[in-house]
Amino acid sequence: MTHDPQLDEPEAPDGLLAALAGLAADAPHGLLDRIAARWVHVPSPIGELRVAFTDQGVAYVHAGEGFAEAFRKRFARPLLPAERPPAGLLPALRTGRTAKVRLDLRGLSDFQRDVLEAARTIPRGEVRPYSWIAERIGRPGAVRAVGTALGRNPVPLLIPCHRVTRSDGLVGDYVFGSAAKERLLLAEGADLQRVRELAGERVFYLASDTTGVVCFPTCHNARRITPAHRHGFGSLAQARAAGYRPCRTCRPAA
Amino acid sequence: MSETDCLDPVRKALLDDLDEGFAELYGAYRGLVFSTALRLSGRWADAEDLTAEAFLRAYRALAGYERDRIAALQPRAWLVTILMNIWRNCARAKSRKPPPELQDQPVEEADPGQDVEEAAVRRETGDELAELLSLLPEEQRVAVVLRHVVDLPVSEIATVLRIPQGTVKSHVSRGLRRLRALGGAR
Repeated sequence: MTHDPQLDEPEAPDGLLAALAGLAADAPHGLLDRIAARWVHVPSPIGELRVAFTDQGVAYVHAGEGFAEAFRKRFARPLLPAERPPAGLLPALRTGRTAKVRLDLRGLSDFQRDVLEAARTIPRGEVRPYSWIAERIGRPGAVRAVGTALGRNPVPLLIPCHRVTRSDGLVGDYVFGSAAKERLLLAEGADLQRVRELAGERVFYLASDTTGVVCFPTCHNARRITPAHRHGFGSLAQARAAGYRPCRTCRPAA
Repeated sequence: MSETDCLDPVRKALLDDLDEGFAELYGAYRGLVFSTALRLSGRWADAEDLTAEAFLRAYRALAGYERDRIAALQPRAWLVTILMNIWRNCARAKSRKPPPELQDQPVEEADPGQDVEEAAVRRETGDELAELLSLLPEEQRVAVVLRHVVDLPVSEIATVLRIPQGTVKSHVSRGLRRLRALGGAR
């Protein structure tokens, strides 16, 4: 290094250099969690899962091999082991009641987020068709895109995209495979057999002549209708023409 | 002897595993990056944002680097360079767009002659010296912060700022002289 006494830093009898050194500060505790995500192993009804979460909430749920690579590709964020799962995650996975788990859905498009938020409202034990989501978010023509968005759901189980099924009663595609989707729905008490039988008869809505209300077949209100008062319909328009109004719980009219 | 034996623990860890290596990198340099960000920006919240962004960008860059590039990395100067780029871009973006409250409503209750920004810096850092630092011309402030707040050697500052070492020294000594003059004037 060249030595130029003129430019050398003078000794500091006034303590300026020490005072400047005293302006250094450690990064605040918790700042790392704004940068890196954390991950845990957790049990679930379809086997062991790996879950990544940030300071905003759960960002990613993955089953099987290739978790770290998939996370890095999708989020490009450091991923460190966590000491414990985020609050509420274990009971949510155990019970299928996931509304209270905080999620980090940054990085999704508005459309994807709308689709997932709509799917999030479907209660345990019930299913809705893809077209219902499309109508619910005001994009009735976007049924295919809804399917794609659900297939890219970063937080399956926590946003129950498995509760969105084909109207013919088949479960349809799933991030973790159709077999896992069927198993999950059966474990939650969704009567898929019944949905399939009804679909075979071209019945997609059930109405009650005591309440005057028409529902999706898996709606808890529909399940209470006794056979004598139950009427099946192929479309909502037919049910309306017969004098029924759409259920306010399962909202078949979206 | 393997290729990594002569490397420092941070680079060794980065070569072993990107995520664990990142945790090492953060542990080793978080104070350096945060202190630099705090004394350049003058605001605690800005320093947190700048630090988080710098480390995130560092991770994303590392994810695309070949092994020999990581092995050759000078992590300290490299991180500070990333931080400086972000800070300059932020400062530029801010100067293009005046803060909305200046257009919409008069600044409330400001003493005549008192700079609101200065008052905020003093409040947030609680330190008169930090406030004096903010009065230095940018090139002197940057040089003084890197040399004397976070103790970077002149050679690394020259690398970060892409200026000769002699120029670094002259910015530092002018900055110190000015700080003394400003301090004495109070």
